[in-house]
Amino acid sequence: MSMLKVQKLVKRFGGLVAIGDLDLDVKEQAIHSVIGPNGAGKTTLFNCITGFYKPEEGDILLNGESLLNKSPDVITHKGIARTYQNIRLFANMPAIENVLVGLHSHLKTNLLGAIFRFPSVRQEEKQALEEARRLLRFVGLAGKGDLLAKNLPYGDQRRLEIARALASKPKVLLLDEPTAGMNPQETAEMTHFIQHLRDELGITILLIEHDMKVVMGISETVTVLDYGVKIAEGVPAEIQRNTRVIEAYLGRGVVANLEQAA
Amino acid sequence: MTEKSQVNWTKIIQIGLIGGAVAVLLCLVGMVEAFSKRDIIAGVISLGQILLVIIVFTIGYTGAKRASSRDWRISLVSGIIAGLLVGSLIAGLVLLSKGINLRPVLVNASPALFKILTFDQKTTAMAVFYLVAGGAGVGLIAGLLYILPARIRSAIIAGLIWVILVGLLQDLIRLTLTPWPQVANAVSWIFGARNQKGLSVIGAVAIFIVVTGGNFLWAGWKPTVQASYQGLPAPRQNMVRYGSLFLIALVLLYMPNLLGPFLSEVATTVGLYILMGLGLNIVVGFAGLLDLGYVAFFAIGAYVMGVLTTTGGELTTSAQWTFWEALPVAVLASVIAGVILGVPVLHIRGDYLAIVTLGFGEIIRILALSDMLKPHIGGSQGIVQVARASIGEIVIDDAQKLYYLILIACLIGAFIALRLKDSRPGRAWMAMREDEDVAQAMGIDLVVTKLMAFGVGAAFSGLSGAIFASKLATIYPHSFNLLISVNVLALIIVGGMGSIPGVVVGALALVGLPELLREFDEFRLMVYGAVLVAMMLYRPEGLWPEKTRQRELHAEEDVPVTENVVDLTGATSAVTGGQ
Repeated sequence: MSMLKVQKLVKRFGGLVAIGDLDLDVKEQAIHSVIGPNGAGKTTLFNCITGFYKPEEGDILLNGESLLNKSPDVITHKGIARTYQNIRLFANMPAIENVLVGLHSHLKTNLLGAIFRFPSVRQEEKQALEEARRLLRFVGLAGKGDLLAKNLPYGDQRRLEIARALASKPKVLLLDEPTAGMNPQETAEMTHFIQHLRDELGITILLIEHDMKVVMGISETVTVLDYGVKIAEGVPAEIQRNTRVIEAYLGRGVVANLEQAA
Repeated sequence: MTEKSQVNWTKIIQIGLIGGAVAVLLCLVGMVEAFSKRDIIAGVISLGQILLVIIVFTIGYTGAKRASSRDWRISLVSGIIAGLLVGSLIAGLVLLSKGINLRPVLVNASPALFKILTFDQKTTAMAVFYLVAGGAGVGLIAGLLYILPARIRSAIIAGLIWVILVGLLQDLIRLTLTPWPQVANAVSWIFGARNQKGLSVIGAVAIFIVVTGGNFLWAGWKPTVQASYQGLPAPRQNMVRYGSLFLIALVLLYMPNLLGPFLSEVATTVGLYILMGLGLNIVVGFAGLLDLGYVAFFAIGAYVMGVLTTTGGELTTSAQWTFWEALPVAVLASVIAGVILGVPVLHIRGDYLAIVTLGFGEIIRILALSDMLKPHIGGSQGIVQVARASIGEIVIDDAQKLYYLILIACLIGAFIALRLKDSRPGRAWMAMREDEDVAQAMGIDLVVTKLMAFGVGAAFSGLSGAIFASKLATIYPHSFNLLISVNVLALIIVGGMGSIPGVVVGALALVGLPELLREFDEFRLMVYGAVLVAMMLYRPEGLWPEKTRQRELHAEEDVPVTENVVDLTGATSAVTGGQ
């Protein structure tokens, strides 16, 4: 069953077509990767889905409900969360508060409740804290919750960003290059972790990734973008053999040369 | 002399020259002369001279420190060189003034100034000698202090600071003691004769010995005391904490009697600024919305209070309400104004926001001045006979009574700010401060969150303004100028952005101190500027920075967790199962 559906999406910046007529169908509980050379429109796609960019044409549907013209916070409430290519944590807040902010949409305390701290508010805060600790444990940051986010090592910052995204209890999690800047060991751990996320929590994952080992290892479906247009889609094994994909990455003529060599 | 070759002498000379330039500048802007009217130790040394000595001392100390040599002789020499240079530059100024009349250009290069600088010496040569030798001498002392062990050094510096402080505030201390003649008589030997300002020599020495000795001993005891406090069981620690809180509360309650009318007046002014600071701290410190028009809400609170309660004047509209009836309306009006201002600036960030809010502050002031609104709010003549607050028969009409009203307002304000800080709305503000886009992507409604910050901030300011109107009983548009916004912002920055105790410290330092040193009013802004620059360079986190709470490992355990009060168990409940 399709979870997230992008239909005939067009996004332009001035004369530049960042995304042109893109269709995407993310199945429920899938790990769906989007790959493509730099500037192919992958992050723009994420920004459209999360509501930061308004696409010129097309539609985006979550469980059949259109997300068009909804603001980013509303879209988060509907069940989409994301991480960023260049980590964007709340740097001067402790790690655990970062996660607590992620829980925001599931808490109810308003101004008066916060000031008078009614029993129900205390209860809610208590549970939120419990939940935040649990999420920190889940991503392997137990004991580091009181450190400021900016003081965490790089790998931990990536994990914290995922914990914060998970806190909003998303149906679909958009991960933007989660293994960027990681060494092979860390990359392997992260790959395993993403798989674990899907298997344990049943979250649908849409992944932007440059590391082909990660992409080919865990994706059910791979979509390849080039200049904002989908040039290929299929299971990893198909994509690896697709000549258009190889050309997009390595340039025209390479395939012919390779065939000659072989 | 291999050691010596490693020392960066040019750096030390540079430091000395910078210090000299600062000293000459302070002489030429008239600060030294103005400060010389106050004696710190009667007949011995004036504040103006102390100012120069402090500069030489600081420079000598910095010189010794920058030499960063293990050899104590080099530290001493560096101190002397730096001090000598400062002295020489001042001497240079004296020599220059003998040759050329500086007065037409530099109005403050007056004979009185040179009389101070030359120590009344008849010959210029002697004066120059004194200045240079004095500079070197003070530099030497600074160098000596540098090579002393830290414990002795900090004790001596504390002693010196206290001598200057007590000397500076001596008339206030005397004034405070007047209700207790016995006490006043018992300590009268500390101060100079009645007609003199400043301490007596014996008094200065006594203060120095007591503070230095006390400081030295405390440095020895502190670890033991701390260890024994830490060793106490938790309930005992709480007892100590509540005990000290109780003591502070007692002191706060007794304060107006202790302070007397004049200081109570200062305390009320500081209190009104604390209240505004707490509010602006929510807007700027928590939510990161740089608001330079904060005075607008102060004005709105004051004007609503004025219009609703005034019993005199020619206003066409006057409800003649009581203070308490008008107070909630004044606060509410400020909140509404805050929200209304918030709407157009929802999508404006950073510097642009500052400019727009600055404009809003000016608009309110100009509206208050305008002829159009004159029949309603009095125009430039303002509003007179604003109602005083009263509780039963007691009319709150002097500073000592007003103190309690403002104290209560400040306590409520601090309470609200503290509660909001550790709550869902508070976290939303801070997330917005850190990164607006990501905050929104985390499900935070920016419109609601921003308007809430503006509204709550404006409420504090409006409350402060309403009390201000009642305090003075008259309000004029000129009371609501840009400088108030700037002051409030500055006190937050100096105290520490986002820190609630920081607001109190900042208000005491930037509002309280200048009120006590009224005679130096004309240098207020210069000192302000210097302090702000120094703060940004050396202590950007503020005097009392915000502390991050330990929440992961030391959570409050006061509420038992019962399941399913809030549904936090959705998708992530599997988390625990997964482990």
